[in-house]
Amino acid sequence: MTDRHIHERSHEIPPKASIKLGPTLDEEVFGEAFNGQVVGRFMKYIAAYKVLLWVAITAVGVFTVSSITIPLIVKNVFDDALKDGAGDRSKLATMVVVFLVAVGFNFVANYFQELIVGRIAERILIDMRRAMYEHLQRVSLSFMDKTEIGKLMSRLQGDVAALQEFLQTAVFAIGDIVLLIGIIGAMIWLDWRLGLMTLTVVPILLIIRIIWLPYARQSFLRARVTSSIVSGALAENINGIRAVQGMSREYVNYDLFDIRATDNLKAANKASKFGVMMLPIVDTLTGTAMAIVVIIGGFFVLGGTVELGVMVAFVLFVQRFFDPIRALTMHYNVLQRAMASGERIFEVIDVPVDIKNKPNAIHPEEIDGSISFENVTFGYVENQPILKDINFEVKPGETVALVGPTGSGKTSTTALVHRFYDIWEGSVKVGGHDVRDVTQESLGEHVSMVLQEPFLFSGTIFENIIYAKEGATREDVVAAAQAVGAHEFIMKLPDGYETELEQRGGNLSLGQRQLLSFARAIVADSKILVLDEATASIDSYTEMLIQQALERLMEGRTGMVIAHRLATIRGADRIIVLQDGRIVEQGNHDELMANGGLYSRLYSMNYASFDDIPDELIAQATKAARESST
Amino acid sequence: MLTRCGSKHGGLVTATSQVTPVGKAAGTSSRPVVGSSSVGVFMRITRMALQYKLRLFIGLIAIFLASGFQLAIPMLIGSAVDAATGLEEGSLKIANSAVITLIDTTTDIFGEGSNPSKTALIIIAVLLFITSVGRGLSAMFQNYMGESIGQSIGYELRMLYYEKLQRLSFSYHAGVHTGDLITRGIVDVEGVRMFVQTALLRSVFLIVLIGTGMYLMLSEDLVLGLISLSFVPFVAWRATTARLKLRSNWYSLQERLSALTKVMDENLGGIRVVRSFASQDHEMKKFDEASNETLALANVQVGIRASNISLMGVAFMLSMAGVLWVGGLQVIDGELTLGELTQFLAFMSILLQPVRQIGMMINGYARGSATGGRLFQVLDIDPSIQDKPDAKDLEITNGTLEFHNVSFGYEEDHTLNGVSFKVEPGHTVGIVGPPGSGKSTIAHLVPRFYDPKKGHITIDGQDLRDVTLDSIRKAVGVVEQDTFLFTASVEHNVAYGDPWAPDDRVESASKHAQLGDYIDRLPGGYDTMVGERGVSLSGGQRQRLSIARSIMLKPQLIVFDDSTAAIDAATEQRIRAALTELTKDRATIIISHRLSSLMHADEILFIEEGKIVERGSHEELLTQGGHYNDLYELQIRPSEKWQQ
Ligand SMILES: Nc1ncnc2c1ncn2[C@@H]1O[C@H](COP(=O)(O)OP(=O)(O)OP(=O)(O)O)[C@@H](O)[C@H]1O
Ligand SMILES: Nc1ncnc2c1ncn2[C@@H]1O[C@H](COP(=O)(O)OP(=O)(O)OP(=O)(O)O)[C@@H](O)[C@H]1O
Ligand SMILES: [Mg+2]
Ligand SMILES: [Mg+2]
Repeated sequence: MTDRHIHERSHEIPPKASIKLGPTLDEEVFGEAFNGQVVGRFMKYIAAYKVLLWVAITAVGVFTVSSITIPLIVKNVFDDALKDGAGDRSKLATMVVVFLVAVGFNFVANYFQELIVGRIAERILIDMRRAMYEHLQRVSLSFMDKTEIGKLMSRLQGDVAALQEFLQTAVFAIGDIVLLIGIIGAMIWLDWRLGLMTLTVVPILLIIRIIWLPYARQSFLRARVTSSIVSGALAENINGIRAVQGMSREYVNYDLFDIRATDNLKAANKASKFGVMMLPIVDTLTGTAMAIVVIIGGFFVLGGTVELGVMVAFVLFVQRFFDPIRALTMHYNVLQRAMASGERIFEVIDVPVDIKNKPNAIHPEEIDGSISFENVTFGYVENQPILKDINFEVKPGETVALVGPTGSGKTSTTALVHRFYDIWEGSVKVGGHDVRDVTQESLGEHVSMVLQEPFLFSGTIFENIIYAKEGATREDVVAAAQAVGAHEFIMKLPDGYETELEQRGGNLSLGQRQLLSFARAIVADSKILVLDEATASIDSYTEMLIQQALERLMEGRTGMVIAHRLATIRGADRIIVLQDGRIVEQGNHDELMANGGLYSRLYSMNYASFDDIPDELIAQATKAARESST
Repeated sequence: MLTRCGSKHGGLVTATSQVTPVGKAAGTSSRPVVGSSSVGVFMRITRMALQYKLRLFIGLIAIFLASGFQLAIPMLIGSAVDAATGLEEGSLKIANSAVITLIDTTTDIFGEGSNPSKTALIIIAVLLFITSVGRGLSAMFQNYMGESIGQSIGYELRMLYYEKLQRLSFSYHAGVHTGDLITRGIVDVEGVRMFVQTALLRSVFLIVLIGTGMYLMLSEDLVLGLISLSFVPFVAWRATTARLKLRSNWYSLQERLSALTKVMDENLGGIRVVRSFASQDHEMKKFDEASNETLALANVQVGIRASNISLMGVAFMLSMAGVLWVGGLQVIDGELTLGELTQFLAFMSILLQPVRQIGMMINGYARGSATGGRLFQVLDIDPSIQDKPDAKDLEITNGTLEFHNVSFGYEEDHTLNGVSFKVEPGHTVGIVGPPGSGKSTIAHLVPRFYDPKKGHITIDGQDLRDVTLDSIRKAVGVVEQDTFLFTASVEHNVAYGDPWAPDDRVESASKHAQLGDYIDRLPGGYDTMVGERGVSLSGGQRQRLSIARSIMLKPQLIVFDDSTAAIDAATEQRIRAALTELTKDRATIIISHRLSSLMHADEILFIEEGKIVERGSHEELLTQGGHYNDLYELQIRPSEKWQQ
């Protein structure tokens, strides 16, 4: 901590800095203690391990029973073997042997309950996480666009762990209940008067617990929420560290973080106050119970109505008596949290998959590579169409370019070819089939894309280029890298194709990342290739080399190319000009230049100098562009 | 006997461990601290705890009180049994002489008429009650102090960690996975906190309790004492071996978990790639592999825990059997009262819980050393870029940037080689070159994200290494090539660098970046959320937002790193036109592949493999007929020519 931070800490939240950090309160609420639906669905996951589970429950039962037996044996030792000086060695020996047998059972049961419950819990953790993850692989992009990865990750990890904890707890909770009943039964069986009197403290404890719980819950909840806010703030700072440092936001962020961390510190301290508060209460009640046993039990023993062993057993029981009660209330919290987590998990699993294969969806082995848009209207948000009544056709083998000002809907158009989103009206056909009639896998196979934002995975360059292509060889990978002009720089890296990439390919330049993402699409070897600004971060010379290589590669394939640098697409068979979600012009370069429309103006600006361009021209260009769109 | 507390906590701890999205920093070795250095980790944590003297003091007092009360309870129970067997018989051997004195005095007061046994029982009961309350209160203080110190240390570590991350330079951040850093900040801080809270003070308590307990039992009856304590060495031995095993297991498990996190995180982050290649099966395979590896390790942990808990339990109960047998024989022989035997048994059952807790604490220690080590590893890194002790703020006289023969490499290699150039206020330098030639590297050197290996960079004659980082970064604005937007509203993103900025500055910056119209058309206006990393914006909109964010700060020097690649020429020109006012008296560097963006720069540098291979104005470069000329030809040549 530099001095500066301490001095300058203002603890004042800047008006434009209250970035949403972490989950909100309502997201974190504890669920009810028991939610039948969640439990019911959870049971389905457990059902797979039914046999093991029964073994575990049996073990818990044996453990509990043997645990109750042990004080009873001690009682018998006192009463039978050691009674009033009339000691009996052989009886003592028998008792000790019985004791040892009980210990043996206890040991074996203990081992197996721990082992099996632990293993089942681990297994279910994996199963639940897998179910969620698998579902997320199919959930439509419109959902994913709105969802923060961090929040999904917290469900994939934190919530799953809470459920795992629940499972472990649930099995032991059963044990605790059995134990409690067992102890109560044993006490009443040994001496019902003494038993009942000792048990009078239980209702008191329960009442105190009931009063305490809502307050405690509130404070636990606050501690949890503030803690996830702190986590969110940390994660945000780490992800955006370059922006933070580049804009010197460190001090502001530090202060904001401090406010949050302090909040959490206070909340956590308050929560622990509530937690430890129970200790003297429970101990006071334990003391009361023991006092009752000593006085009443002692008087009974003196009066000869009760044997000494009973009193000893009672003392031993009382000491253990509150543990299950304490544990059960603790379980109660775990249970509540688990229900909330369960809901959050099933929420993910229940996210409807808007885009799924029709039951009779076909999977054509071969397609002809044509694309057609018929009266397509589409938008991301209701009532805000982004693409309006789009009509165009791309013949097999043709290369069509999409151009238009930023935000005009080019990327959105390509997203529809792959059915990332379902359209509102009209139809999109690939290879003559409506994209809704074929499987998504077949679209993946026949359409490969170079996305506007290159994304690379951690792993080697080789793994990134070959990606999911089955049957691709090293030669294919090298050939693709050569085609996009990446081979040369890859070979210059110390480990060549085996070079490990950092997160998102951070140890490469953006252009290099783009080349790899391009090569990946080529290895996929599909009929249709969509290039969304695939060479935006690449110089024209390298681009030309790529173009030349592509000439060969594109033979017999259909291309859909987006570029702002119009030189990139001059060679396209046809150019479609988009403006505000509408097609305003179509034709090849020469036709469009002759047309004198938006394209020709964009084109001329492409190589004109901005200083040269009089403001009027810019104004005119935009005005004309606007007009042409209406 | 009946407690299951140890196991429960064991379960809890492992459950949390599953959350652990721990990452192994790729590139930087995050091989956990092994061997003796784990002692170092504890020492450091302890030293941190020592700052909280008052709380520690109260906590320690509470510990001694708690153990005293705790140990008094079996004695009282023993006395009670003795009292109940009848005082008259003269077999009274009540262990606690204080109790006897008390009984004597009260019997005196009440006179001979009262039954001494009954009086004794009542007194013992009252004492038991008081002791229990005392135990509860002192346990409360002990636990609260432990937790509160834990919380304070957690807070402190968090702040230190946050601060450190903010200061660590780009070269560090480039090499670590963000997931790994996040995990350290969340899970590992939690691990240390839990360690302080549950293990640190409690281990003192356990030592005091078990120690005094042992002493009392041994002084009471050496043989019985030894028998009842015979489980202790076994438990200690198990604890040590298990700790070692658990620790290495924790390490591997965290590494595997980090791999799993990486797989999931990247899958969700790269979802468009996954979808466009329909590679869900491939991704599931990656997931299953990573996930099964964690399962195997977690199962090992479960196994260690199960055998530990049950073996420790059985060792305890075997000693108890021993006590029953030997003690029983002694009672039969009249050498021991039933009360004394009870006392031993009660002692043992009081010790059971601490013994169980040892298992939990082993886990706490194993986790504490793993997580603490991982945290300190980051905290101990010296940022490669930091202010000199005597650094002054940068003084801008006119804002001239100069590179003097600068060489730089990310690793051993040479990314830049002897680069020299100068940008004066009101002037523009354009940079072009093939991918990977080092353009962005130049951009990153200007705000001192990295230091040159050779040569130096000055602003108004002041070496960047001699002035404060903060002042450099306030003076220099870089519009990064790789746009990063925060998951927040448009307004928060534009105002990121100055969250106090008034609305009109935010709006005017957005307008200059040609984003105004777009934002006005949005139903939510400036409050519209942009989605994670700006997914709900088009590529060009993201870039414009990032331009707006930088120009809002009106930096003295501006670097545009290919920041209009996704913007069409018409929009770009409008941006340029709007910025002429801003850049009039400022030094500007424009990196671009689109020559129209920089052809009117005062000087254009063509970079290849980190060297400036051509330089001059647009016209000069064209006449030179080099690479630049080729590029120009390519960009303006009519299509027919380059088709063949
Ligand atoms: N996932 C999304 N959710 C909501 N709106 C979106 C989403 N993606 C794009 N948009 C909006 O749709 C419009 C069209 O975006 P699109 O990405 O198709 O533009 P583009 O033509 O590719 O632009 P650019 O050249 O800048 O990349 C933009 O206004 C954008 O804000
Ligand atoms: N963080 C890093 N760690 C290691 N090497 C890096 C890192 N960043 C870039 N490099 C390497 O340094 C070289 C120069 O990268 P730089 O980003 O400066 O290129 P560039 O000229 O900006 O390219 P582009 O036009 O693609 O943006 C490249 O070979 C790249 O692989
Ligand atoms: Mg786009
Ligand atoms: Mg770059």
